[in-house]
Amino acid sequence: MKKFDKERVLLAVAGPVMALVAAILLTSVVLLASGKNPIEPYNLMLQQIGYSDVQVLIINQASMYYIAALAVALGFRMNLFNIGVDGQYRLGAVMTAVVGAHVALPAFLQVPLLLLVAILTGAFWAGIAGVLKVTRGVSEVVATIMLNAIATSLILYLTQTNTWGVQVGNNMTTGIMKKSGWIPGIDLGSDVGEIYGLVFLAAIMGVLYWLVLNRTRFGFDLRATGESESAAAASGVDAKRMTLTAMLISGGVAGLAGLPLLLGDSHTYSLTFPEGLGFTAIGIALLGRNNPGGIALAALLWAFLDKASPALDYATPVAYQKEIATIMQGLIVFAVVISYEVVRTWGLRRQQSRVGAELAAAARNNSEKKEVAAR
Amino acid sequence: MGITKRFPGVVANSDIRLSVRKGTVHALVGENGAGKSTLMKILYGMQKPDEGTIAVDGEHVTFSSPADAIARGIGMVHQHFMLADNLTVLENVVLGSEKLHGIGGGARKKIKEISDRYGLNVRPDLLVESLGVAERQRVEILKVLYRGARTLILDEPTAVLVPQEVDALFSNLRELKSEGLAVIFISHKLGEVLSVADEITVIRRGTTVGTAVPSATTPRQLAEMMVGSELPTPETAESTVTDTPVIEVKGLTVYASGGASLGPAAEPTAGGLLGDAAIGGDAKRVLDDVTFTIHAGEVMGIAGVEGNGQTELIDALIGLKNADSGTIAFLGEDITPWATRKRREKGIGYIPEDRHRHGLLLEAPLWENRILGHVTEKPNSKGVWLDIKGAQADTRRIVEEYDVRTPGIDVTAASLSGGNQQKLIVGREMSHTPKFLIAAHPTRGVDVGAQAAIWDHVRAARREGLAVLLISADLDELIGLSDTLRVIYDGRLVADADPATVTPEELGSAMTGAASGHLEHVEESAEDGADDTAPEDEAR
Repeated sequence: MKKFDKERVLLAVAGPVMALVAAILLTSVVLLASGKNPIEPYNLMLQQIGYSDVQVLIINQASMYYIAALAVALGFRMNLFNIGVDGQYRLGAVMTAVVGAHVALPAFLQVPLLLLVAILTGAFWAGIAGVLKVTRGVSEVVATIMLNAIATSLILYLTQTNTWGVQVGNNMTTGIMKKSGWIPGIDLGSDVGEIYGLVFLAAIMGVLYWLVLNRTRFGFDLRATGESESAAAASGVDAKRMTLTAMLISGGVAGLAGLPLLLGDSHTYSLTFPEGLGFTAIGIALLGRNNPGGIALAALLWAFLDKASPALDYATPVAYQKEIATIMQGLIVFAVVISYEVVRTWGLRRQQSRVGAELAAAARNNSEKKEVAAR
Repeated sequence: MGITKRFPGVVANSDIRLSVRKGTVHALVGENGAGKSTLMKILYGMQKPDEGTIAVDGEHVTFSSPADAIARGIGMVHQHFMLADNLTVLENVVLGSEKLHGIGGGARKKIKEISDRYGLNVRPDLLVESLGVAERQRVEILKVLYRGARTLILDEPTAVLVPQEVDALFSNLRELKSEGLAVIFISHKLGEVLSVADEITVIRRGTTVGTAVPSATTPRQLAEMMVGSELPTPETAESTVTDTPVIEVKGLTVYASGGASLGPAAEPTAGGLLGDAAIGGDAKRVLDDVTFTIHAGEVMGIAGVEGNGQTELIDALIGLKNADSGTIAFLGEDITPWATRKRREKGIGYIPEDRHRHGLLLEAPLWENRILGHVTEKPNSKGVWLDIKGAQADTRRIVEEYDVRTPGIDVTAASLSGGNQQKLIVGREMSHTPKFLIAAHPTRGVDVGAQAAIWDHVRAARREGLAVLLISADLDELIGLSDTLRVIYDGRLVADADPATVTPEELGSAMTGAASGHLEHVEESAEDGADDTAPEDEAR
């Protein structure tokens, strides 16, 4: 049944492609409306890919997006909307930074310890929402949004000088982490930069994500719950336990999202640590269709828009606003949501009618024989 | 009026011709998946034909929405009622048609008038939630008439009714046709079709294969037209009941609220029919002190109008709902605290009553659906890993053995017809050689051919010592397949009967609560005697 496979791939690609095309067109409309050249900015941004320092920036940024988006996607696969990835990764990073600054073990113990701290912190924070949902029926959307706000306040408290904070100039940090917890990257020279070591962790997590979801019993149960909660329950999935487990895993993964930067470059959590990764990740997970390969491409695209757009401000002879990229990101999310739903229903219906047509054709071919044999 | 339509090359329908005359009841029969529903959706404007035409009163029309169809006087009574429970009959009827006769006195007068004219006996000010199934159906019919329909399409209207209610419905239909209306009546039940219809059109594999006049046709001939071959019967040959109890249920009670129910609450239909008969204690008991034993090789049928506790009984047995009191023992072991998965692993098979909600992942390929419910068992997994090759190979086997009509195992479950979905489910459950099978409406929506195949599989497994709890709305199926019969009413098992002698009418009266205890032809003397005397079936 090769053709149904092929069709599936086609449908899987059609959604994102449609969304991207629509987003680009709409962005051009915005450019036109503001009296700008509707094509030139794309050229300028694409030129940026040629520079190796931008490439490094894109890859580093994408690794963090990727991990965060995997966390979101995991929730999506079972109809859980973990908006709290943002709070989970920031809190995970803070705790990791604090532990890393105060515990000094040999590297082969220190690194696993730090990863574990990040995972547990993220899982704990997401677990609160999970427990609330399972025991009290609180929507995980509401709970995680509020936990994001609480995380912000909590981080402010944790980084005060009378808790674990260390003031460096105007910046509040958690102090420099012990060297054994630093993860070396791939140094490509001083003018190019360094690829974070944990980029590989992101890649491994992508493989694990695919493996667990598609090749294990647990993954099957999780996907089944996402596709039909009632059918999964009847098949023997304990819906509550599954909800809590998925929330914990999603949070655990989210906890790791800030680590490539923390362990690879900044070595401390400070006020300048990136925020909002968790929200961006929602768009990336959507664009990537919750598929590890798709998410990787989406994360790279997003990182590209982020890192290539600043050049627009300095373009000669005509400068463009780098916010064009932000507009485009927003439009992509919009377009993605719409185009997926369209493609999904269209695909289902198309398959239904094709299956019907094929069966009808088969029935017609041997209708004489079947007339007698049918039962 | 005449409707002709033709549309080759499409899925469900090709070159269908149907003409319905004024003042007649025109029955449309055919296997499920034959294309009846598609045809009806086209007539009602919910789908557009790819080819072909529809003519109403000789005039060609195209419908782009049900509103167009209604404007042309075509109305549809759906199988599943579309009424708002918390509104009155009047409010439900005027909802969406406020402009016709207002929402007050004018509307009430009009409803009264229609009700009297066709003998529908509808009282406009009652809350719909207080109505029984049959009354709700009459409200649906009235709703359609209120909108000025001259042609009524009734989709399987008798599926939810007991025989007595069916008779009442038919007399309503006769009223309608005597007033010059046309009724298109879709049904599986051939006996009913023959008794009410003036003309019959048979659809097979998406096309019309012929028409019949009821006076000159027997149900058998009609069925053979539908299937295109010999007709199966549900009769079981000889009893295979042993005295090894497989499932023993004692004093099982479930309350309406609370419990470990998942998702939206069980369907509230027939709430009114239950009335206030048994509101004991604080919460309503949806299952009240249910006790029975099913032995190896025994099929126990449960008859009852939908919504009388069948859903709760099934949920309690498979572990979706916790028993509030009472015990369930499986092969001598108390399984009351077991989770659903453990019950299924240990050999409880489950054919759910709503296959879309509980039996399938509609957007997943067939082979994933083969895994559903048996993910921990061979051939679907090895340890914690899925065995995808094994599952796919076994899916191909099921498709072959159970005659699931599909171009492959990679298509989604949603692209199969209902009957083929059901065959896949039956195949899946039987593949794990269950010791106890919960079969809820195992042949609902399944074509006659597949019905026979499913019955054969159940019978074969029963010979091997399978215990079956059969819940069905098809009384012939219940009587034909069961070794013992119980009637459930308002959450209690109120009557038992010997399938060898009982008639559908007798069962019907017990299903409405009119009769209880031992039904007319039953010769056993003790209430629980059904189990002990089951071997009497051998007398057949």
